[in-house]
Amino acid sequence: MKHTISELEDIASQVRRDCLRMVHAVQSGHPGASLGCADFFTALYFEVLNHNPKFSMAGVGEDLFFLSNGHISPVWYSVLARSGYFKVSELATFRKLDSRLQGHPTTHEGLPGIRIASGSLGQGLSVAIGAALGKKLDGDKGLVYTLMGDGELQEGQNWEALMFAPFHKVDNLIASVDYNGQQIDGPTEKVLSLENLQAKFEAFGWHVITSDGNDMDGIVKSLHYAKSLTGKGKPILNLMSTQMGYGVDFMVGTHKWHGSAPSDAQLEVALGQLKETAGDY
Amino acid sequence: MKKYTYTEKKDTRSGFGAGLHEAGKRNENVVALCADLVGSLKMDAFIKDFPERFVQVGIAEANMMGIAAGLTINGKIPFTGTFANFSTGRVYDQIRQSIAYSGKNVKICASHAGLTLGEDGATHQILEDIGLMKMLPGMVVINPCDYNQTKAATLAIMDYEGPVYLRFGRPVIPVFTPEDQKFEIGKAWMVNEGKDVTIVATGHMVWRAIEAGEKLAELGIDAEIINIHTIKPLDDEAILKSVKKTGCIVTCEEHNKFGGLGESVARLLTTEYLAPQEFVAVNDSFGESATPDQLMTKYKLDPSDIVAAVQKVMKRKK
Repeated sequence: MKHTISELEDIASQVRRDCLRMVHAVQSGHPGASLGCADFFTALYFEVLNHNPKFSMAGVGEDLFFLSNGHISPVWYSVLARSGYFKVSELATFRKLDSRLQGHPTTHEGLPGIRIASGSLGQGLSVAIGAALGKKLDGDKGLVYTLMGDGELQEGQNWEALMFAPFHKVDNLIASVDYNGQQIDGPTEKVLSLENLQAKFEAFGWHVITSDGNDMDGIVKSLHYAKSLTGKGKPILNLMSTQMGYGVDFMVGTHKWHGSAPSDAQLEVALGQLKETAGDY
Repeated sequence: MKKYTYTEKKDTRSGFGAGLHEAGKRNENVVALCADLVGSLKMDAFIKDFPERFVQVGIAEANMMGIAAGLTINGKIPFTGTFANFSTGRVYDQIRQSIAYSGKNVKICASHAGLTLGEDGATHQILEDIGLMKMLPGMVVINPCDYNQTKAATLAIMDYEGPVYLRFGRPVIPVFTPEDQKFEIGKAWMVNEGKDVTIVATGHMVWRAIEAGEKLAELGIDAEIINIHTIKPLDDEAILKSVKKTGCIVTCEEHNKFGGLGESVARLLTTEYLAPQEFVAVNDSFGESATPDQLMTKYKLDPSDIVAAVQKVMKRKK
């Protein structure tokens, strides 16, 4: 372990503060799933991923991460900054004119850590597969990680990619699904039910593991376990249960904070529930 | 009129296949992807010699574009292959976000473009692809005129860093450009110098423009004919230079008149040098089933249509 679980939890608390403050500052953005995925991102970048904050696009020999549900950019930006890809102070430029921190992540403005634009949903898994195939062609032992939203699985391209990866034995790929059961218009089971996701992924030929994405110890262990399953002929799918808005009592477990910013008063209450551990930007 | 002859007819898609094979030999980073149309795209030679660098994606074009984008990340040069319709309209958002906006070095290679796909009909005959692709910031759009030029273009885009749309077709047409040509992206190719009218043509229409030029010569009209194989970036300089000499222009393309080469030329002329223009293009229509020749006649893309357009535009010259 590079960090203790308690240290990782402290980082995640700071990341959650960053997310809320970024979204509050411009009164736009997506706090709900950013909070829900803060533990996953912290575990990934501070514990699991073999990566170099002196960023290179190719990332030769490194593990690569692709975010498919680009609207949760606040949590990714925070973790990238907190792990050294760029200055934490740059988080204050989120969604502002001439910023590298666009509403949705992009390579277009040259922000270190980003390797593809995402935002229009359903495209990240295909890109991750391509990067994983590229690594295989080069004999590069680095792994490829990706995160998708669960609502995003309603996009058909995902199922093309889900069919492709097992058939082509893309076993250097760990895809996680943020299984929070919420999307903009309401619970996924009411908008368009995903039904039995685990059975669907298994039927497509993936090695499926389940995890609790809001339990730091659990998610670290799950990601290490996922890593141990690579190179065995199957891509790995981490079906990760989270709660949208996790960490703030009035935001948790509802789609209402998917894409809404907190008011001044709400921010104050929320920040009161999240320890400042590494200094606000 | 300069005399053009040919000894054989070949399809431009075979020029792509030959170019891809050669690209595979020259650069080990070249990777090919196909969505279940290997035979139609003439990818067999590449696959035979470089099986490990070929990805059969199945009938899943959106996934193919995403995988291609991902492959560029560690320096691979992916060439995707499917029909023009499935290379553009079907996957526009994947190209827009994962390739163009992300600045990825993907070569989108599209066969069976235009009416000359023939009997399969309008579902497969895309006439809007040039417009779709040229609107994407940073996208290069190339539509070569014969087998040799398509082969040369395929090799040229391998050496160019950035997203490219390469459009070619199904029918066999005369091979009249040199086998050893150097293909320069964005550089117009002078087919025939003339003084009375400028004819710019792209893709399959270039040979038709040559046939029209011969008829025009018989009528005493000295046509300057330019092959615009690169629609974006357009060779503004070559077109303006020619129009300043001739005073009028006819644009020829196997594409909807909306969004194609003609509109790019019109934009250039209205901003730089006003001159009358006529469009030889499909008049805002879908295609239909028939033989390629029947369709080119019905949709007014024959050499005789170019001649008529020239006569019309010359009357409008000041």
